[in-house]
Amino acid sequence: MHDTIPRPGPATADPLARRLGELRAQWPALETAMVAEVVRAVLSTLSGDLTVKETSLLTEVEELGKSIASAKAEIAALRVDEITDAHIPFATDELDAIVAHTASATHAILESCETLDAVANEVAGTEAEKKLQDATTRIYEACSFQDITGQRITKVVTTLKSIEAKIDQIVDTFGARGGEGKAPPVAVVASEADLLNGPQLPAHAMDQSDIDKLLASFD
Amino acid sequence: MAIDKSMNVLIVDDYKTMLRIIRNLLKQIEFNNVEEASDGADALAKLRAGSFGLVISDWNMAPMTGLQLLQEVRADSRLKNTPFIMITAESKTENVVAAKQAGVSNYIVKPFNAETLRDKIEKVLGHA
Repeated sequence: MHDTIPRPGPATADPLARRLGELRAQWPALETAMVAEVVRAVLSTLSGDLTVKETSLLTEVEELGKSIASAKAEIAALRVDEITDAHIPFATDELDAIVAHTASATHAILESCETLDAVANEVAGTEAEKKLQDATTRIYEACSFQDITGQRITKVVTTLKSIEAKIDQIVDTFGARGGEGKAPPVAVVASEADLLNGPQLPAHAMDQSDIDKLLASFD
Repeated sequence: MAIDKSMNVLIVDDYKTMLRIIRNLLKQIEFNNVEEASDGADALAKLRAGSFGLVISDWNMAPMTGLQLLQEVRADSRLKNTPFIMITAESKTENVVAAKQAGVSNYIVKPFNAETLRDKIEKVLGHA
């Protein structure tokens, strides 16, 4: 059986693998759009007969190119850049705020505890002193939660940041950044769910006096 | 052996709340001369400049960790015999082994209670 596809022109002795290697050296970075280009370039350098093996290899390379292009389009449509641009920074800011709030609350508790200790000193030698001190000791012990939870949250933030870096890498590799894909439909009318955002970060939040002013502006 | 509670104690932690907690717990057991440092480097500078009878340090701090601080203390001819208690959330066996190899006097895992702190201090200072 004849296993070559006849092509015009004299046959070349260049092995396909070497030509692919040369082309790869020309485009060292993984550029998905280049895959089809590579296939075309390889085809254009072929001047002899293609073996069945070569044809099959080229078909596979072309299929691979199509798969990558399709993956790229799907990633763009998912708008993964939003994860790194908005979702993860938002999540880490919220977690940082939790650490700040628990620290501030813990200091407030400790301050009251120190006052109780001072009161205990005023009644030194009595049963009340012992009871007060036992109670404050338990509060001091419990307050170490702030350190423990803080460390756990820091670990979560580190994990989020490494996820962010990996997603960034994927987005960069596939060129799926911003707006190439189909954006999800924008809600025209805010639903109640849009109003339920939980506590705001201090930098963006209104304080009570702002709220009072806003309410007064309706009068 | 009677413990001299008037000695200077250096407490080291990057969490201000933890420094405040340890300071208050020490006060309850009548250690009133307590100084604070927020990381290993800060602590080492204070140790070299002053005179401390006990160091109670966290491990996980930057730029110098508690373990590095311990190693520096043990390598310093003037500070090498200072009792050193590590109080940390790191509770893996390899952590405790590393601290022991570096010459830690005792090791308390967070969260801890006042009784543990008092017991370890008595143990460490009793053998100092």
